Amino acid sequence: MEHRGLGWPRLSGLLELLAALAVQAVRASAVAAASPDLCLWPMPLSVQTTPRVLHLSPDNFFFSHSSTSKAGPSCSLLQEAFRRYYDYIFGFYKWHHGSADLRVGVELQQLQVSVILDPECDTFPKISSDESYTLLVKGPVASLTANRVWGVLRGLETFSQLIYQDFYGTFTVNESNIVDSPRFPHRGILIDTSRHFLSVKSIFKTLDAMAFNKFNVLHWHIVDDQSFPYQSVTFPGLSKKGSYSSSHVYTPNDVRMVIEYARLRGIRVVPEFDSPGHTQSWGEGQKDLLTPCYNGKEPSGAFGPINPIWNTTYSFLSKLFKEISTVFPDEFIHLGGDEVDFNCWASNPEIQDFMRDKGFGRNFKKLESFYMQAVLDMISAINKNSIVWQEVFDDASKLMPGTVIQVWKVEDYTQEQSKVTEAGFPVILSAPWYLDWISYGQDWKRYYAVDPLSFEGSQEQKKLVIGGEACLWGEYVDATNLTPRLWPRASAVGERLWSHKDVRSLEDAYRRLTIHRCRMLRRGIAAEPVFTGYCDHEDRM
Amino acid sequence: MVGSTLWFSLLLAAAFAGRATALWPWPQYIQTSERRYTIFPHSFQFQYHVSSAAQVGCSVLDEAFQRYRDLLFGSVSFHFPQPMGKQHTSEKNSLVILVVTPGCDQFPSLESVENCLETFSQLVQRSPEGTFYINKTEIEDFPRFPHRGLLLDTSRHYLPLASILDTLDVMAYNKFNVFHWHLVDDSSFPYESFTFPDLTKKGSYNPATHIYTAQDVKEVIEYARLRGIRVLAEFDTPGHTLSWGPGVPGLLTPCYSGSHPSGTFGPVNPALNNTYEFMSTFFLEISSVFPDFYLHLGGDEVDFTCWKSNPDIQAFMKKKGFGEDFKKLESFYIQTLLDIVSAYGKGYVVWQEVFDNKVKVQPDTVIQVWREEMPVRYMKEMELVTSAGFRALLSAPWYLNHITYGPDWKKIYMVEPLAFEGSPEQKALVIGGEACMWGEYVDSTNLVPRLWPRAGAVAERLWSNKTVTDLDFAYKRLAPFRCELLRRGVQAQPLSVGYCDVEFEQT
Repeated sequence: MEHRGLGWPRLSGLLELLAALAVQAVRASAVAAASPDLCLWPMPLSVQTTPRVLHLSPDNFFFSHSSTSKAGPSCSLLQEAFRRYYDYIFGFYKWHHGSADLRVGVELQQLQVSVILDPECDTFPKISSDESYTLLVKGPVASLTANRVWGVLRGLETFSQLIYQDFYGTFTVNESNIVDSPRFPHRGILIDTSRHFLSVKSIFKTLDAMAFNKFNVLHWHIVDDQSFPYQSVTFPGLSKKGSYSSSHVYTPNDVRMVIEYARLRGIRVVPEFDSPGHTQSWGEGQKDLLTPCYNGKEPSGAFGPINPIWNTTYSFLSKLFKEISTVFPDEFIHLGGDEVDFNCWASNPEIQDFMRDKGFGRNFKKLESFYMQAVLDMISAINKNSIVWQEVFDDASKLMPGTVIQVWKVEDYTQEQSKVTEAGFPVILSAPWYLDWISYGQDWKRYYAVDPLSFEGSQEQKKLVIGGEACLWGEYVDATNLTPRLWPRASAVGERLWSHKDVRSLEDAYRRLTIHRCRMLRRGIAAEPVFTGYCDHEDRM
Repeated sequence: MVGSTLWFSLLLAAAFAGRATALWPWPQYIQTSERRYTIFPHSFQFQYHVSSAAQVGCSVLDEAFQRYRDLLFGSVSFHFPQPMGKQHTSEKNSLVILVVTPGCDQFPSLESVENCLETFSQLVQRSPEGTFYINKTEIEDFPRFPHRGLLLDTSRHYLPLASILDTLDVMAYNKFNVFHWHLVDDSSFPYESFTFPDLTKKGSYNPATHIYTAQDVKEVIEYARLRGIRVLAEFDTPGHTLSWGPGVPGLLTPCYSGSHPSGTFGPVNPALNNTYEFMSTFFLEISSVFPDFYLHLGGDEVDFTCWKSNPDIQAFMKKKGFGEDFKKLESFYIQTLLDIVSAYGKGYVVWQEVFDNKVKVQPDTVIQVWREEMPVRYMKEMELVTSAGFRALLSAPWYLNHITYGPDWKKIYMVEPLAFEGSPEQKALVIGGEACMWGEYVDSTNLVPRLWPRAGAVAERLWSNKTVTDLDFAYKRLAPFRCELLRRGVQAQPLSVGYCDVEFEQT
């Protein structure tokens, strides 16, 4: 089949990358947990620090490009990052000019950045993007080396976390040597802008915080039953009639801005257009798309999932996804496919006839699969890869290889991982990380304790787990409570997906997370407290 | 203030009909009509009735008028529709205020007018064209319970002054009238005492930044007063006092491990005279700083293991003939403390353990019921407290720091404070309740969305008639009220899916 050629090569590249990471991970191991004063989050693969300290003066420190670097000042992604990290390091503190201490110790004057391969300055990050880096902190010039800009971004974050103010307020860093790369290539946060609209500003904030935690995928669950805020150029009626109001929409420019803001932070934007269920809001602007439900012999006036039996459905979807594939540069599109309610389909006489003609009997899962196959074919025809929720795998007799399955049902999720990987499909894990499910106390510990590879399966199967996502569904979340609900709880997931599997001491994590949370606060992220205590710089103070 | 008889009857002869039903909390008596009046911001004014006992110069009201003007029409400029072409609407230009007993400069006093202004502000609506209007409405309103409180905990996490002041604003929008300020606890001592400055110097998280100065405290009290809110200060002893220790050597009980001090400390040491001398001086200061008649003296969750381990305490127990009953020792401490505070002319509120442990307290003590299940179900506790003749405050079902997924405001809303077995006299002893936001997991990052609109459910339960219990009716009002809070700049979280015209904007 045609799509096979499109799905697998990319994936096998991905697998090689995973294998390479695994080798590195073995080499690194336990060094990380040793240093008691470090408050890095997520913990890098290998950290060596010495008691020797260097001082930095805000007036006399700068980021620079090494002469051998493949990237230079024309790489705006790095220039922007330099400015940002200068601010994170110095901007939020009171400056202590000409501190006596500074003259005593060795000064760190420069962080020299070197990109070894084609830097990828002007490209979009991909699942296979190389985020590894090495950071050598010594005076007077420290160096940060990475294959691509993506590694530089991660290394800058680590570098900024190494710097602290000593007792006298002097900016200080210990001589250190850090080698780092992520355990999983897909480390995502899901936001839901349909149940509640989130302003572009709120999304930017989330992207900022994601970068602080080395997340690299924004899974944008952009539309759902409740509203359709995505403004389509091809079908403007969708948001015109399906959004909450004309101010609750994402214009093409808004979407572009989000994608660019994310790109500058090494974050991919994976859009989700969930169908055939969860599509009530689509029906407002697109007549004859949803299935009319019947009450006996008469249409009840209510509508169900997308109608899978009409050709018009597929020609509409084909045009819509064509637009989406050009608007969103990422190689993946999330197609949803979860929680399809069969009642309405079952009530509809036309669908009943169609089922009979196709020989589906009363098995509506077959109809669901029929629909999903058609959409998956559509996506591969436009050279994109698909992610779907686990039902699509559960209900399908056969499924296009290479389709990424997102496991979200919390019951027996490890078994589901076993099944999916046994069938050879890549997996994204979300089931234990539904952060909208709140409870009293330190639930971050539960998220942290999860290991994404704790299911039964061969080494080959384990390699199919490309990562995970923390999901913050929007039924009870909007801009008022998004940030404190997400952070620092999602940070626990961030470390689980980035750091080595042996980094799991709750005590050490608590210590670092508490400090990391104060750091986010200082950088303008209203992350909620982990437990009783305080930060030097409180929110609203 | 408790049991104030100053009811305010408000007659609104205003204009325009529509859904004047988005009021929160729901008033005792309301009659609306279809008749609708346009309000012109440029000419609208609040006026004192000629026969009102309060007139211009009454600071509480003058400032409230200003505040509600801003809330209604905003301080932003917009084009005022001119009063021309009357059509079928007519114009209304003033809200006339008549106060029978003023008390403008007293503490919690003009709460009623304050509440009336809030109700009025919720009645005013805006047409799609931007005109303000109000339906002809007649309301007579008064609270069901006189004590409608909200507890904030500034010890587990420090709350910046701005967070407290903003909370007082939103309390006023919800007609809460008591700010229960749990100032200090084990974790930190942010209250800056002028008699014992070491308490904050050594007991706060940061003595330069994480403290409440005398000026801060004054500001909170005045800000609250202007909104008809009492400030009930809590200094919890003898437990929950670890942060007091560093600043007052010898105050806490040294715990023993065998025959040696372990280096850790327990509750306040009840066996030393110094303790009572300290408390006497300290509470003299507190009594003068906080003008409210009541102080909250805590008395909850006293852990006896440290007392038990200490040989001096054991000797004291023997001397007093307490045997092995540490509840008697606790009683001894609390009684002595209560005597001290009574001598300063203050009344007091205590947590239920004081009652449970059979401490002899004065008959006018208020008992705050907070434990859901132990030693008995909280409604049983309400029954026991009132049958012993004490006044009761209910908090047990309203611990808002306990969060769960979904619309938990419904559970909070459906609590009926008088649903216990008891005589009418017993029921009359329930003076109200409090929503509690303990601070273990709460600071200024998540306080507001966690508090609002959930605490609104408690507010209506304590204000409105007991027959107002329909959840659909509540949702239909609470959802728009939450949007109104957003419009007023309050970061109140959503109740369910949906949207508001004005959403909260990230800064």
